[in-house]
Amino acid sequence: MKALPRIRPRTMQALAFAGLWALAVLVIVPVLVVLGIMVAKGWGELSWEFVSSVDTGLLAPIVGTTVLVMLTAAIAAPVGVAAAVYLSEYARAGTFVRLVRLAIVNLAGVPSVVYGLFGLALFVTLLQFGRCLLAAAFTMALLVLPLVITASEEALRQVPRGLREMSFALGATRWQTVRRVVLPNALPGIITGMVLSIGRAAGETAPILFTGAFLSLTHPFPKSLLDPFVALTYRLFVDATEVPGVAEGVKWAEAVVLVALVLGLNLGAVTFRARLRRARRW
Amino acid sequence: MRSRGQRIREWVIGHVIVASGAAAIVFVALIFFFLVRDALPLLKTDSFWGVLTGSNWRPTSEPAQFGLLPLLLGSLYVTAGALVLAVPLGLGAAVFISEVAPAWVREILKPMVEVLATIPSVVFGFLGLMLIGPWLAEVLNLPVPLFAGLGSLMLAFMAVPTIVSVSEDAIRAVPMALRENSLALGATRWQTIRRVVVPAARSGIIAAVLLGLGRAIGETMTVLMVTGNAAVIPEGFDGFLRPVRTLTATIAAEMGETAYATPHYHALFTIGLVLFAITFLTNTIADIAIRRSGRMTI
Repeated sequence: MKALPRIRPRTMQALAFAGLWALAVLVIVPVLVVLGIMVAKGWGELSWEFVSSVDTGLLAPIVGTTVLVMLTAAIAAPVGVAAAVYLSEYARAGTFVRLVRLAIVNLAGVPSVVYGLFGLALFVTLLQFGRCLLAAAFTMALLVLPLVITASEEALRQVPRGLREMSFALGATRWQTVRRVVLPNALPGIITGMVLSIGRAAGETAPILFTGAFLSLTHPFPKSLLDPFVALTYRLFVDATEVPGVAEGVKWAEAVVLVALVLGLNLGAVTFRARLRRARRW
Repeated sequence: MRSRGQRIREWVIGHVIVASGAAAIVFVALIFFFLVRDALPLLKTDSFWGVLTGSNWRPTSEPAQFGLLPLLLGSLYVTAGALVLAVPLGLGAAVFISEVAPAWVREILKPMVEVLATIPSVVFGFLGLMLIGPWLAEVLNLPVPLFAGLGSLMLAFMAVPTIVSVSEDAIRAVPMALRENSLALGATRWQTIRRVVVPAARSGIIAAVLLGLGRAIGETMTVLMVTGNAAVIPEGFDGFLRPVRTLTATIAAEMGETAYATPHYHALFTIGLVLFAITFLTNTIADIAIRRSGRMTI
């Protein structure tokens, strides 16, 4: 039997690297192409009227998503930042911290539709909120909580140890140090994390599916926190799958508006964070 | 000296903060508790094993049948297909970004992959439903435009960012000295990557795959919109080209119209419990694997 010709290591490397280039292209390019097609198909429908009219446009879902994400952030921020302060400033290595971290990882991994079930069982049914904005916002707040904690903890840890030691040396207590020194310095990073969380909440559908989202033509806007509402994600889902006779261009335009909103929030946060990292040299 | 009031305030605030830290544990426990609470009524009449292995999901027929097997297999098909595509893509991209790419390519590629992760799942579903499904059906001459493999394809692109970022962290954590030793012995960069760097980052890469798996199996809207939602047991490779229905899609499609406290309602919570158990296991194992690669704080 003739031995196969041995490929020289240099040739092998060239082949492998070419393959890796191809994989990297394959991860990004198809998505960009598809998103490009989406924009092209939706372009014709996009107009000021499309985002500002109630009857023929998206004003109701835009308002619904905005109120939902604001409420979500307002609920998630206090608990999330306090948990991050615990992990970064108060915790001592040990079993308890280990469990807290494991719980955060698991909260981040719970499927979004399971959050929906939980919200239905606890907020909608047991606490009798009914299907409404408030129930949806609480459900969504739980979903973004791990994101808020992780981002805030990172922001807190980037505050140099020296600043804390100076504060302690001046006789400040732990809480005084956290409140007057650590939190103010970490604030821009924490806000970045909140914007990322808002972007996440604006893009989720499953958690609000049975906790508050409802498409109503007669009552497009919620009058109180205990009314159902429409979000952009939910509107796109319903128009794409359930409502017959929605013009195709309109559906594409809805997708474009949703992607623009979510990407805008995320790009804003990421750019801000990058600038922050460059600006702060302690 | 600190005043008495100040000491009390420190004590109270300290405990509030520790309690907030504990909140994460409480929330995981609460989710588990409420899933079990609303799944139990079904499990009192049907055995858990019987529900898991029952081969018919007919929630509205008389008598109703709540067998999860078709849904479990549907999720398994879609997820396995997604991983077969996403693992080579994600791992390759991670190796490329951290070991091969010139700096300027890395600067572009990394944020792009991160942005990919933020595209809403309902948009992926919409694109699969309106564009990619019909297109694939025409090109591959398939009988239906919505099928399991389409779900796998869409999920693969959604799981890639997770796999890339976690395995890139792991690869980056491999000490530079290992690479230098290998190169000094005359190995090429590729030999070093394949024989030294990737094996050394093994646990982190396993974690990346597990987290990608968790992401894929829990994904809801995309799968609901593109897999055709037929609760039949998929068989053989052909199963990828036919409609299936996953665990997540079943909950999303049916919970809206299900009356409170009916057997159907409890059956949907049982599905939620199964999903929770699966993701809890994969995430916990992934977390242990990440820790073994020994980089995280505390």
